[in-house]
Amino acid sequence: MKPRILELHKAVLDKNDEIARTLRARFEAAGVFVVNLVSSPGAGKTALLEETMRRMLERNWRVAAIVGDLATENDARRLARSGAPVRQIETGGLCHLEAELVARRLEGWALEELDFLFIENVGNLVCPSDYDLGETLRAVLLSTTEGEDKPNKYPPMFYSADVVVLTKMDLAAATDFDYAGAVANVRAVAPHAALFETSARTGEGIDRWIEFLVARHWEAATAASAAPAR
Amino acid sequence: MHELSIAYNLVEIVEEAARAAGAIRVTRVRLRLGDLAGVVEDALRFSFPVAAQGTPAEGAELAIEHVPVRVFCRQCNAERMLKPPFVYRCPECGASHLQLLQGRELQVESIEIEENHNETAYP
Repeated sequence: MKPRILELHKAVLDKNDEIARTLRARFEAAGVFVVNLVSSPGAGKTALLEETMRRMLERNWRVAAIVGDLATENDARRLARSGAPVRQIETGGLCHLEAELVARRLEGWALEELDFLFIENVGNLVCPSDYDLGETLRAVLLSTTEGEDKPNKYPPMFYSADVVVLTKMDLAAATDFDYAGAVANVRAVAPHAALFETSARTGEGIDRWIEFLVARHWEAATAASAAPAR
Repeated sequence: MHELSIAYNLVEIVEEAARAAGAIRVTRVRLRLGDLAGVVEDALRFSFPVAAQGTPAEGAELAIEHVPVRVFCRQCNAERMLKPPFVYRCPECGASHLQLLQGRELQVESIEIEENHNETAYP
């Protein structure tokens, strides 16, 4: 036997990235704006999403959600209360969503009938950072009941985010949340990210967050329709 | 712990390349791992043999080359290295106008294989 070296130079997550690219093209062609929501467990993804979708539906936006959970359908049931169509991905122990799981769950869904699709990832600040789901925008949530040093502890996740949403702002005083410190930490790790302060309970900041999503949706749609003319 | 699913992805790539080359066994897998890749080396080392079981990569050595985080600072107009905890700021001037040059890698560089030919049969 003689050993031989084979050069590969291949990204380990190449397969996921490839499916994500296909998904992104599909989302763009359908004109649907896709948001991947990530955070640690209990940061308030479901609450933020429920309130966001409820208000967007009132304004006649066509919204839907896919929610990933290790087990149980609790989050999917809660989200369905907003009135939006919701599909569940039970990951069966997998700590993050992968592009293939999303692609499979999208089967039979008419994406062109949607304006916004929210993907609620599994609660985890580590693993989802490596998996592109073909989303247009990645939002990381940071709740006031967590430590303000989360961005420094999980730089890959925050670095990969387009938006950081502070949640549970109504509890900031009760938890002695160091607001200035949290903002400085977010700015240090993710200087490019837009920052929002919200409370799903009081409704604080939700409209601003929605306005931002709508503006980005228009930008994306305009860029897509302008592209072929060039 | 997503290292196990990363290990399965890794083994899948290795297995495919090894079979295409007619290898009977993979003895070594060289991996480039960025310090900002979000992968814990110990967890990956633990997961790799599990994922490799029953494949040509079973028993292969996993050689990991760490890729430090390198950025370009637009303020200094120079390249800089970032050290843990990887605060996204130029270590020299403190500016946040940085461009990430490397540090997110998670890549199979090469594999070492034993090929499927019997030297004694064809002297």
